[in-house]
Amino acid sequence: MNPRLAQKIAFSVLLLATLLVVLPVAIILLIIVIKGASAISWDFLFSMPRNGMAAGGIFPAILGTLYLVLGAIIFAVPLGVMAAVYLVEYSSDNWLSRLVKLAIVNLAGVPSVVYGLFGLGIFVTFFRFGASILSGSLTLGIMILPVIITSAREALESVPKHFRTVSLSLGASRWQTIRHSVLPHALPGILTGMILGLGRAAGETAPILFTVAAFYLPRLPHSVFDQTMALPYHLYVISTQVPGIAENVRYGTALVLLTLVLLLNLAAILVRSRFRRKKKW
Amino acid sequence: MKSIRVRKLKEWFIEKSILLSGIFSVLFVVLIFLFLLREGFSLFRGESVIDFIFGKSWYPISQPPRFGILPLILGSLLVTLGAAAISVPIGIAAALYIAEIAPRRLKEALKAGTELLAAIPSVVIGFIGIITLGPWIKTFFKVPTGLTALTGSVTLAFMAMPTIVSIAEDAITAVPRQYREAATAMGATQWQTTWRIVARAARPGMLAAVMLGIGRVIGETMAVMMVTGNAAVIPKSFLQPVRTLTATIAAEMGESVQGGPHYAALFAIGIVLFIITFLINGVADLYLHRARK
Repeated sequence: MNPRLAQKIAFSVLLLATLLVVLPVAIILLIIVIKGASAISWDFLFSMPRNGMAAGGIFPAILGTLYLVLGAIIFAVPLGVMAAVYLVEYSSDNWLSRLVKLAIVNLAGVPSVVYGLFGLGIFVTFFRFGASILSGSLTLGIMILPVIITSAREALESVPKHFRTVSLSLGASRWQTIRHSVLPHALPGILTGMILGLGRAAGETAPILFTVAAFYLPRLPHSVFDQTMALPYHLYVISTQVPGIAENVRYGTALVLLTLVLLLNLAAILVRSRFRRKKKW
Repeated sequence: MKSIRVRKLKEWFIEKSILLSGIFSVLFVVLIFLFLLREGFSLFRGESVIDFIFGKSWYPISQPPRFGILPLILGSLLVTLGAAAISVPIGIAAALYIAEIAPRRLKEALKAGTELLAAIPSVVIGFIGIITLGPWIKTFFKVPTGLTALTGSVTLAFMAMPTIVSIAEDAITAVPRQYREAATAMGATQWQTTWRIVARAARPGMLAAVMLGIGRVIGETMAVMMVTGNAAVIPKSFLQPVRTLTATIAAEMGESVQGGPHYAALFAIGIVLFIITFLINGVADLYLHRARK
């Protein structure tokens, strides 16, 4: 075959495949926005569910998800950033750092439902936190740890070596160097990882199934030891477990969840691209 | 002088907590495994591992209960094979296009699109699968229910694609520029260079991408539970409902009695899943390291 013709055909096939990856996002968004927009109202977003979820709003689920995500971040960000600092600034290429890297790869690969089992085993049962916001947040926090460590590592590694050399040569200690000459420059990258972690934690269902999520709980949680409803679990429940829920309520719930998660991811993409453009070294 | 001593103490403390944070990731992996064992091991006092893995029937609440997970393993395998058959060729092709062919602007947009697909929560994808794909498969193949292994495979294919695309794309981009220049200088077209030189050089990284995509599919829970119809029988075709390992845990944990044999059996399934994904990720990581060298 004529190589130019072969190239044309091949490129069209590859383009088609790429569209197959990217178009579903648009289609899913379109379906959910068109069918769900009619459900969105002040009442839907900010009132309690009534009549076994057939009427009323999804406020406890929204608030529950915010609590869970916040808890996960408070736990995972300090731990993850410090782990990244260890890997980039302190460890040499020894067995420990290799072990830590291998552990991070495996944490990223553990199925979400296995995190749920782990949370049930350790936080709910062993530490006796019960099914609670605390158990759910800690479980989600461990799950998003790899996301945060990986982004923070990339951010730290992108800070040029001579920033550190200059600071050390002026007599600053190792920690002072990291604190004042490295971390500030890595901040946007760390922020990106944090937002991505937020998005991931907000959308996950399996880790909270046995650790916190309540099927139907039309009141707000009072403390971290309370159960709570959560958006992703609520969507699962009303789309598979409870018959007779109005269609636009299902789509509306999906729309709220999708908006929350996609906005977080979009924010992360924007922070990252701005950071890349502004970078001067 | 005192302030220096205080500072030194503070820094010593900070540096030790940084070291500790690094070790925590290792600790968590160990803890996950230990707690799965702690809760799941009691099953094997009354049951042999062979009976558990190769037992043909999963009737956890019959009298006496039967905990054979072969139907679940085959369910996971069937759905995963189907998803891989769809997502691997499409994902690799898309990675080649994004890395080698797309102009710069389009490239950034496509990468962002792939990231957004990865970001959609699995419960939303499951929801879309139930309402669009399910009815479509039901009428197209004239089967009694649209919630089948095939529905699961197609749904999961879309969840594996972002992983495959982004890691394969990294591997392709990492191929040294001289390879392309040499091929072009010999008179190869862009496509010949892409297919015969670049794709071949990026093979270990692509293999890792495929493995990580498959790892994601095996571990996926919510979407697969929602669209596969949940029948714990040994599957005979793509057009019947199946039940995967992950879906079984998620669906049945709520009904099991804590500390009972059913509870232990669900944790034992967790052990199986943990080992499978541990192996897949470990091997994929080895390939990625080889690719980087």
